[in-house]
Parts: sequence; structure tokens; C-alpha cells
Amino acid sequence: MHSKSAALRLQVESALAGRIASPFRLPHLESPGTVPAGIPVLDEITGGLPRGALTELYGGPSSGKTSFLQSALATRTANSEVCALVDAQDSFDPARAETAGVSLDQLLWVRCKNLDHALRSVDVLLHGGGFGMVAMDLSDAPARLVRQIPLNVWFRLRRTVENTSTILLVLSRESNAKTCASLVLRLEKEAVLWSLGERSLPSRGFHTPACLLEGWTAATEVIRCSTRRTNLHFLKHSATPGSAHKDLIRFELRSNGVTPDSSPEDRLPLSEKERTKDPG
Amino acid sequence: MSFAAIFVPNFTFQAIARCEPELQMQPVAIIEGRPPTYRVMAFNRLAERLGVTRAMTKAHAEQFQQVRIRHRSKSQEDTAHRALLDAAWSISSRVEDAAPDTLLLDLAGLARLFGTQEEVAQRILSRTSEIAMDAHVAVSANVETARIVARALSGVTVVPDGQEARFLETLPVGMLSPSPQLAEIFERWGVITCKSLASLPVLSLSERVGQEGVHLRTLASGQGNRPLLLAQCSVCFEEWFELDDAVDNLEPLSFLLGRLLQQLCVRISARALAIAAIHVTFELQTSFESTIPSVSEALDRKPLPGTFSSTLNLPVPSQDSTVLLKLLRLRLQAKPPGAPVRKIHMLAEPGRSRATQTGLFIPASPDPQKLELTLARIAAVVGENNVGSPQMLDTHHPDAFHMQKFSVPAAAAPVRKQNSETQTGFRVFRPALPAWVELQGKIPIQVAFQGRPGKVVRASGPWRTSGDWWEDQPWQEDAWDLEIHFLSESPPVEGLYRVSYDARQEKWWVRGVYD
Repeated sequence: MHSKSAALRLQVESALAGRIASPFRLPHLESPGTVPAGIPVLDEITGGLPRGALTELYGGPSSGKTSFLQSALATRTANSEVCALVDAQDSFDPARAETAGVSLDQLLWVRCKNLDHALRSVDVLLHGGGFGMVAMDLSDAPARLVRQIPLNVWFRLRRTVENTSTILLVLSRESNAKTCASLVLRLEKEAVLWSLGERSLPSRGFHTPACLLEGWTAATEVIRCSTRRTNLHFLKHSATPGSAHKDLIRFELRSNGVTPDSSPEDRLPLSEKERTKDPG
Repeated sequence: MSFAAIFVPNFTFQAIARCEPELQMQPVAIIEGRPPTYRVMAFNRLAERLGVTRAMTKAHAEQFQQVRIRHRSKSQEDTAHRALLDAAWSISSRVEDAAPDTLLLDLAGLARLFGTQEEVAQRILSRTSEIAMDAHVAVSANVETARIVARALSGVTVVPDGQEARFLETLPVGMLSPSPQLAEIFERWGVITCKSLASLPVLSLSERVGQEGVHLRTLASGQGNRPLLLAQCSVCFEEWFELDDAVDNLEPLSFLLGRLLQQLCVRISARALAIAAIHVTFELQTSFESTIPSVSEALDRKPLPGTFSSTLNLPVPSQDSTVLLKLLRLRLQAKPPGAPVRKIHMLAEPGRSRATQTGLFIPASPDPQKLELTLARIAAVVGENNVGSPQMLDTHHPDAFHMQKFSVPAAAAPVRKQNSETQTGFRVFRPALPAWVELQGKIPIQVAFQGRPGKVVRASGPWRTSGDWWEDQPWQEDAWDLEIHFLSESPPVEGLYRVSYDARQEKWWVRGVYD
């Protein structure tokens, strides 16, 4: 049996000689470099966005996906990188992105009308090369259609971006890329921050009878992070389905650009904080 | 002081075969004249072997089944001549345009640049072969000797200084291009070679045949030197191609375009330039000769445009014909000519080649040529207006921007991002979604859009904006930021939406969602 397998192995190796050096040995994969996404608390935990890999962000409406995207685009363009955004449903707001610090001159925006156009455009962009980040926004695309994207498409995208310095960022409502993504983050909206909401009557100074939207808190759960496996030991316990604990990282999103100072304690994941406060 | 002469034998045939290289291996006869009295005016060696002769009628030439018939193309001859001039100018700036098939070059001072006379001549020959022309090159201290030797001897010939007469002595007198009368006189005298002409006494020759005879004797003795009449250097790069049968398919058309682009790139790179833009013009076949329309059809039918033009502007000048062809193909796929093509004209605008080096610490960016191809491919998928870089307009109107063509910005050093807080993102609904809104004390309490009713938890607004009241289409709206709970969905969904009341239309719209 052993000699038969050895002979078979030799046969395969001789057939692939000159094309593949060692077909039965896994290639040595170097861990891809990571770059900050512009949200310090997230970068601290995940190590940032991995280059040459697929990063997936998913969550419902107002979960903070677009804010994350804007922040990542702003950071990359500030680093003189050229970025591309494939917008599956043409929902990108350039005015808001510019306010967030995105250099629009360094952003290639592809306005698609459907999913097929978006996937083809991403394919062309990744093969073209040279982009620091390519983001595909499928958030508003019908979830049913996104779910129908075959897994081999995600594999192909991952393979295309491998061994390049490009960050492939995918935004969607649900997780679809599965194991093809090196970093998967789930976002959800938490408390919305309003101000001037406690007034009994509108005063002269404020002509509006309503309160002011200041922003909201986005909670992020790290579903997969292949770049920092060793550092995320505290996440292991949450891998159990139905676990009451959630490793959520919270960051605040501000519409007026003012962020209250948060103590280092606040920046810790919830589980870490809870452990610190209540060891039992 | 030395001169070079370039002579292209059978120029009419070579001008056509330049764009159709396969004709070099086939017997070809070139015809001209008015239909139906076409006559053969040129042919290649293979056709000559089969028996094709000059002034043969088209019908007669068609009797030879292997012989391919081509019409003479003045435009292609002009193009070939310009290409020949480009090849000459790439060697020396002092060029005389002696004839469509003959150019004379001043080689003074080129020894330091290219080496010996033989090496210069070899370089000229390689340049002419790059433009797909088989030429004779001769170098001599005497410009007329170089011209005559180039016409007579193939390949590269270098005439040593002082031995011009020895090189010319065996050549026939006909090589000196005498007038028909003088040629007849020389024939009657038995003056066949240049040597016999050069040995005639000058005075007697002048008495009998006049100054033309004396001039020819001077040429035959290798002493006909003169200054060059320099041609003005031009940078017009154009190529023509005439088709016998109109082409209505992109595949064969792109094959021809590829050849023309290749020729243009060779010519333009020989002048140390690159292509900055390409203008392509197709002459279209307006109607099919085989179909005779009825009077009513002819009246109803809209006339097709006679020509089709397309311009390809490149962000960075390029010499890569493969990339240019791909771009042109994508352009023609998006905007096809609409009728069969029977003549192609391609004009290239020259530009300086890119000569920049990116910084060592500047992040990598897309290669401009590759990026152009990438953009063209994406534009073919999503449309030309849907790919580019957004540019904000100077107005307070919501969602006011326009798309501009994307190009890689000049490399700049990375800057540290100053603002560390995360701004809220916003997703725009294009077009805005119509909504039904219920107010209580001027504040929205219930909203419904896309068939989903929702309860307003908190509201912020109204934020009134207006503008363009001095224009035809003014706008005015009151915007609200609403936190809406859609309890009817399972699980319940909540989100932060921007809802606007358009006071002019008296309608509510959902502009987008904060995300």
C-alpha cells in the first residue's frame, strides 16, 4: 500500500515537474501585513485590515458599516494610496465621505446597478492591480441575491487578492464569504446619542422643537481574525453557540465630528471590562 | 562629408503590402485607371514569374488564378512615404525628399552617435524594415552617386571615398534617368554603361546633346555633388487602409486596426515620442449595391452617416500598441460604427513619453496605462458615466456632485490623518424613496415607505435648506433625522433615516439611511 502511494506520488511529481516545484508541500504563507482602519479601538484588537486578504463587514441598517468604510478609505487615501469603491446599488455619499476625510481624487467610484456588474467590476479592478484598497459594498443589494453568490466566486476573489498589497473589503447585510475572509466583523447599532431632547418647550435659541442627533454607538463582534489568532485568546469562550457572553468592541460614531474622551477602560472589549469589574 | 540614399523598389506594391504582410508571399498585381479599363501598373516578383506584365488589363490579370488583384491606393502611398520620412528623420534631421520612393540623408556628425558609415547604413536599413519596407541603402561622399547606387544595388552599399566612378562604371545609363530622347540617342551611339558615358569628351557631348548630356556625364563620372534641399520636419502620424470589401465585424476590423496601430507605434517611437491621443475615422458603406430599394423605401430610409469618428485620449502617452488596441476595441464595442467599414484613417497625436520615477516611500499605485484599460473594461460593464472620481459641486443642494474621469493623482508623501474620531456614514437612496409621514405637533410620529410602516422613536429637525430660486428649478426641503422602528418585521428592524419634506412638491421623501 505504501509503495503504491509512493509510486503514485512519484508519478504526479514527475508529471508536474517544471511547473510546480513540490506539489505535495504546502507553500509557505507569510502572514499578510495589516494597516489601520482608522478606528483605534478596532485596530488595537484586530490588528487592522489585512493586506492581500478579504475582509468582510456585515450588519443591518445603521450598524456603522459605511462609517467603517469611510474611515478606512480616509486612512488609506491619507496614506497616498489609490482606492476603489464598487458600489452595488449606487448609495455612496461623496459629500459625507469628503467630510470624513476621504480624498475623492484618490477614489475610483464604480456605480453599479446590480450584483453582476459589481462582481465583474471587482474582478477587473483586482486583476488591474495597484489599488491600496478595493471595497465592494453589497449592503443594499437584495440579501437573497447576495446569498446566491457561489462560494467559488469568493474563493476566486481571495485567490486574486492573495500575494498583493490590496485590501479587499466587502460590506453586506449577512456574512457570505465564510472561510474565504481573513477578517470578519459583525456590526450592530446600539444606543443612539441625542441631545437637547429633555427640553419641555422649544426655546428661542433653538427654533426646532426636536432634539439633535449626535451619533450612535456601534458594537462590533470579531467573528474571524486570522491575523491575530494568538492575541484573541479572550474571544475563545464566545465561540460556543448560544453563549451569553459577547465579545463586543464599541466605538462611537459622531455626526458633528466631536468624540467625547473615552477612558482606556472604555476601549476594552466588553468581556474584558466585565471580567475586570466582576471577576467572579 | 557623406550622404546616404534610401530607395524603396516597387514602392506602389510595398505601400500596399506594408499593411497586408501576407501579400509578400503571394503573387500580387496592382491596378489603376477608371472602370472598366483597369490596367496593371505594378506587380511583385512572384506575379512576374507567372507572366503578369505592365499595362495588362484587369480581366487579363484575373486569368491568373493565384494572382491577387489590388487597387492602387494613393493614400497608402502617402502614408508609406511619411513612414519612410519618419524612419529617415529618426537617423538624421537633414533629409531631402527626393521622390516618393527615394530619400537622401546628410550623415555629417553621425559617426559619434552611430559609428562607421556601414553601421549608420545598417541602422537605416533596420529602421526601414521596422516600418515593413524593404529598402536599398547606399552611402557615399557624393549625394548623386549615393542616389544612383541605391537605385541600382540592393541591401547596404558603402562607396569608399574617391571610388565613386569605379562603382558606377558597370551600371547602365538608364540608372541616371535620362529623358526618353536622350536615352534613345545614347542607345544609337552604343553608350550603354556609365563608364562609356563618362569617357565621352565634354565639349563634343555638349555640342551634340546639350547641357543635359553634360550633366549626365558628370553623374556617370561620380562627380555630381550638390547641396541637399531639406524637407521640413513634421510630426504628422497618420495611417490609411482601404478595404476592397467592407467589413462589418469587429474581429477582422480590430485585426486591421492592430496593424495600423503597430505601424503608428513604430513610427512614433522612432521619433522618441509616444501616442497621446488617437483619432480613428471610418468611411462607411452607406448602401449595399446589390440591393436596389424601391422608391418608397428609398424615401423612407434615413441616410446613414458617411463617416464614423472616435477619439481615444490617453492620460499618459503610450507606445504600447497592444494596450491601445484593447482600448480601441472596448471603445468600438461600446459605440460601434453602425455600418460596414470600407476605409480606415488613423491619426495619432504625439506626446512626450513619461519619464518620471516614483518615490521610494510612496505607496504603489495603478500603472496609468493598465488603469486606462481597467477603466475602459469597467466602463463597458457599468457605462462610461458610472465610473470615475466624484467631484462635489459648489451648492448646498443635497447629493450634488459630478463624475470626472479618474486618473492617478501625482505621487505625494503620505500625510498623517489628523481627525481620529469616526464620522457617521450615510447611504443615499438614488432615487429618493417616496414616503408617507404622520405628524403630531409638526413632528413625525409614523413613517411608511417601501410598504413598511415604522414608528418614529426620536426625531431631529427640521433642517430647512433651499436654493436655486433664481433658476428654473428651485428647491426647498425640510430634512428630519428619524430613528424608526419597523415593528412589523421579524425580527424588528430599526434604523436612523433622513426623511425630507419637499415644500414645492408637498411630498415626503426618504433620502437615505445613516450607517
